[in-house]
Amino acid sequence: MAAVIEIKNLVKDYRVGDMPVHVLKGISFEIEHGDFVAIMGPSGSGKSTLMNILGCLDKPTSGVYMLDGISVGELNRDQLAEIRNRKIGFVFQQFNLLPRTSAVENVELPLMYTDVPARERHERAMKALLSVGLAGREEHQPSQLSGGQQQRVAIARALVNDPRIILADEPTGALDSRTSIEIMAIFQRLNRDHGITMIVVTHDPDVATYANRKIHFKDGRLQLDERIAQPGEAQKDLERLPAEPPEEVAAV
Amino acid sequence: MKKIVASMKIALRALEVNRTRSALTMLGIIIGVAAVIAMVAVGAGATARIQEQIQSIGSNLIIVLPGSISSNGVRLGSGAVVTLSEDDAKAIAAECPSVSAVAPAVRGGVQVVYGNNNWATTAQGVTPDYMTIRDYTMMSGQFFTDQDVDAAAKVAVLGETVAQNLFGDSDPTGQVVIIKNVPFTVAGVLTPKGQSPTGQDQDDIILLPISTAKGKVLGTNQANAKAVGSLMVQAIGPQAMDEAQQEMESLLRERHRILPGLEDDFTIRNLTEVFAAQETSAHVMSILLGAIASVSLIVGGIGIMNIMLVSVTERTREIGLRQAVGAKTRDILSQFLVEAVTLSLVGGIIGIVVGLVASWLISYFAQWSTVVSPLSIIMAFVFSALVGVFFGYYPARKAAFLDPIEALRYE
Repeated sequence: MAAVIEIKNLVKDYRVGDMPVHVLKGISFEIEHGDFVAIMGPSGSGKSTLMNILGCLDKPTSGVYMLDGISVGELNRDQLAEIRNRKIGFVFQQFNLLPRTSAVENVELPLMYTDVPARERHERAMKALLSVGLAGREEHQPSQLSGGQQQRVAIARALVNDPRIILADEPTGALDSRTSIEIMAIFQRLNRDHGITMIVVTHDPDVATYANRKIHFKDGRLQLDERIAQPGEAQKDLERLPAEPPEEVAAV
Repeated sequence: MKKIVASMKIALRALEVNRTRSALTMLGIIIGVAAVIAMVAVGAGATARIQEQIQSIGSNLIIVLPGSISSNGVRLGSGAVVTLSEDDAKAIAAECPSVSAVAPAVRGGVQVVYGNNNWATTAQGVTPDYMTIRDYTMMSGQFFTDQDVDAAAKVAVLGETVAQNLFGDSDPTGQVVIIKNVPFTVAGVLTPKGQSPTGQDQDDIILLPISTAKGKVLGTNQANAKAVGSLMVQAIGPQAMDEAQQEMESLLRERHRILPGLEDDFTIRNLTEVFAAQETSAHVMSILLGAIASVSLIVGGIGIMNIMLVSVTERTREIGLRQAVGAKTRDILSQFLVEAVTLSLVGGIIGIVVGLVASWLISYFAQWSTVVSPLSIIMAFVFSALVGVFFGYYPARKAAFLDPIEALRYE
């Protein structure tokens, strides 16, 4: 498998007043296409900064970041926006859906910044919603949806552009444990069926068990990088749970 | 192009979400545009009314009055001629090439009686040329003729106000009115002219042959039987006004035997010039009114900027999200710019309607003539769009250059 992400000697410094703060102190790793990676570490370890750089929202101070063969460090603001649009899907802890805007319109949002015609935008958004199990709720507004459903809308939004990678920053942070497993089940399915590279930042060790690979950060350095021989099966775990709230199980 | 349509849709949605706020923001522009249109209409109405009045006094008109106003008729020269005379009028008509017609006139206050009614008005003794010079037309009957003047016929032409007060709605032509115990046959009634530029009722008048007026009604000057109160002169064209004035001045100085260096014993006034000055001042007033109203349009624009800045702050997370999913700088810039322009344009369109209604109400209730010019509507529309672009640019730029990371994290 070819590497979709290559990082070499990545350094990120911030300047707080006169004091330079070294957030990332020379990190190197690769993520192969189709992998499912959990990034873990205490707060302040630099994992959010790394996520911002991986997501092309920020640029490294030095070092190389190759995304899908493109050297991100050399791109300008608008070129970065285009890379984000074409290659990356974002899932946030707080969902970040547009309020008073229907689910399907929220999902269409990334396509608004492409040349895709309106009809096709709508069709692709509907398909993405279907694939996260939200058929029939296309016209609901975020306030009419549960937290799990909102996060699924956000996943559909991340999917709609056929991205190479999906970056999820604490995607289960605002959800209960059952809903968290549901979300992870969707991630696993997208990873396995669609070959989308998944990168999930999480505090929760249980969530991390569904990944194929765990990367631990500490003090701006890579502390541990391990393959998980037997990742958890979210769908099976879900079936094992007592069928309590009637919130529909992901339509897998 | 597709992008503009898309961002217009986004803009309209965003404005719909905050309906009250959008409406209140637009109110500033609505008031501004409406004020500009109504004020310019009021100003243009005043100008149009003055133009109408200038038309009503007759075209290319010069008036010659005896004595100068400052010396109150006291002559400094030693000549024998006392005032302007009918002979002066004839001489001007004969010898000044730039003059097309001259009408001598005498005037005085009289009481006109018909049956049980009577009415105090001004009687003017004139010649038929007066009708041409003042651009009079007849509402009914005929003006008197040169023969009537020569024969000192007892005929009169009534102004509309006089006719109304003495005869009501019936036609006075052929009836007999009494002035100073002399019966006059009414030859006709003048078509009303309305107010003069100085605010006088030009229809409150009765015209008599000058000979009859002097002999029977107003009396004759003891020193000079041919003396007249004024001369109404019409130049051959607007360009000939100055020439006509100069010709008359030298002719009259010569006829009155005024030595070089001494003051004229008459005053020549170019009426058109006097009233053209009024027209200019009305025009200046309309420009001033428009300028003052434009200030409120600018205030409205500041209101838009204010609200757009609030909106950018409120929607920081939304902006961050849009940037994260691929919105470029110009996408965000155009989104907020389009929003501001939409606000100002919709406000502008409503403002135009309100301005038209306001102009109509002003002319209906305040009896103040208003003229809405299409140019002022187009200007108001374009100007409101420019206000949107100008005052929307700063907030939009601010939004477009937000740092996506901070924007996403904004609480």
